[in-house]
Amino acid sequence: MCGIVGLFLKDKALEPRLGAMLTDMLVTMTDRGPDSAGIAIYGAAKGDSAKLTVQSAQADADFATLGDDLSARLGAPVTLKRKDTHAVLTLPQAQVTDARAALADLRPGLSVMSDGAAIEIYKEVGLPRDVAQRFDISAMRGTHGVGHTRMATESAVTTQGAHPFSTGADQCLVHNGSLSNHNNWRRRLRHEGIRIDSMNDTEVGAAYLTWKMQNGASLGDALKAALDDLDGFFTFVVGTKAGFGVVRDPIACKPAVMAETDQYVAFGSEYRALVGLPGIDTARVWEPEPATVYFWSH
Amino acid sequence: MQSFDLASQSLRDLNATLQASSAQTNATQWEILNPRGAHAIAVGLDAPIEVTVRGSTGYYCAGMNKQAHVHITGSAGPGVAENMMSGTVIIDGDASQYAGATGRGGLLVIRGNASSRCGISMKGIDIVVEGNIGHMSAFMGQAGNLVVCGDAGDALGDSLYEARLFVRGSVKSLGADCIEKEMRPEHLEILRDLLARAGVDARPEEFRRYGSARKLYNFDIDNAAEY
Repeated sequence: MCGIVGLFLKDKALEPRLGAMLTDMLVTMTDRGPDSAGIAIYGAAKGDSAKLTVQSAQADADFATLGDDLSARLGAPVTLKRKDTHAVLTLPQAQVTDARAALADLRPGLSVMSDGAAIEIYKEVGLPRDVAQRFDISAMRGTHGVGHTRMATESAVTTQGAHPFSTGADQCLVHNGSLSNHNNWRRRLRHEGIRIDSMNDTEVGAAYLTWKMQNGASLGDALKAALDDLDGFFTFVVGTKAGFGVVRDPIACKPAVMAETDQYVAFGSEYRALVGLPGIDTARVWEPEPATVYFWSH
Repeated sequence: MQSFDLASQSLRDLNATLQASSAQTNATQWEILNPRGAHAIAVGLDAPIEVTVRGSTGYYCAGMNKQAHVHITGSAGPGVAENMMSGTVIIDGDASQYAGATGRGGLLVIRGNASSRCGISMKGIDIVVEGNIGHMSAFMGQAGNLVVCGDAGDALGDSLYEARLFVRGSVKSLGADCIEKEMRPEHLEILRDLLARAGVDARPEEFRRYGSARKLYNFDIDNAAEY
């Protein structure tokens, strides 16, 4: 199974409530997957600074002096804001590549969840309610976000196997389903120089989209190409800096419901996930068509 | 009218109460408030009662229905009226995938659209959809009637046995062994009766009939590509 949710706000007045709304949606989907949960939130981008969300199983030791250590190594200002097992490092955009290399050296046990101007990803093993509480997701504001609660099939129940997966700046993917040709694509994409950290099928899907977009495809074109190249079952919800997209495989056996009002576009694996949203009773509610790409951007 | 509010009462109590209804019950009219997409609402009913669900439902609403008349004022999630035996289920909105799957009897009316696999493996149920239906509908259908006032998606009636399919709009593609068939007077009568019972204002003459070519009943090496 797995449960996925997405929320794209059109009404700025709702932005302070994005985290709370997404949390409620995701908690409603808990019984679709109890193994792990994660949320990607897109907040406001600030100038030319970038955010690296990192995670560690030894957070106390790893995070204690990390901001200063990284700043010294890069010779650039770095601020660190810790949330439980995750921390957000803010640094100049131009330093992101060097920072990734430095982190691998300074803190080998650290995982980078995401980088980008707007994205932050929080994910851990556990139920959505617990994971959301650990990271205080409800207090987060933002323009759009996606969430996932996992029933594992293709890789182990670990933090690294949880969704969302991010393989490019400000990009992320959540997935309900399973890909059957991910091993071939993992080899090919790594050969093409795309970073893939886990043995998870969804991360390969994310990496595939990143690769297509690096080669000039729009998100819409990348999603269309995925319909030809990725084999298996999938309902994908994709986040980018500007917005979010949805695509289902041609068989479309993984459920999906969408709702749109003047205030937002929302996605849920089931209608249950949407019932708490403002104005849902008069929203346009529909099921996305198979093999059809949907995208909304600011 | 008996009222049951799922905002304050449990789904399990609702179904236990409805399932305990006898054929002679005086409590024949029920309304269910705040369904909020919950799963398995009003399932396994076996009494001539009328149940109105005010809102939209999740998976398997009115599954295994016998005798009861269930009316959903919103839309229905996957598997609505699955394996219905008799009675009626009416949905004012849309229905998600595999509506009426494996149904053996009764009438399922969908006022909006139905998505993929509508009437999959139907075995005697009558289904009337005012809007469109998705791909692989009536897959392996064995008996009953599927009436579509709008358009049908890909692979309609794939591996069909004997169900009758009536479509007023376009058919994106027919599945293996499904063909268009002549609309004879008896079919127009069946269709007229179904449209009347479903309360749909449409002329039977506007529909086309599809059914099984009966080429896949027995293994034939020349049909190997179709299996």
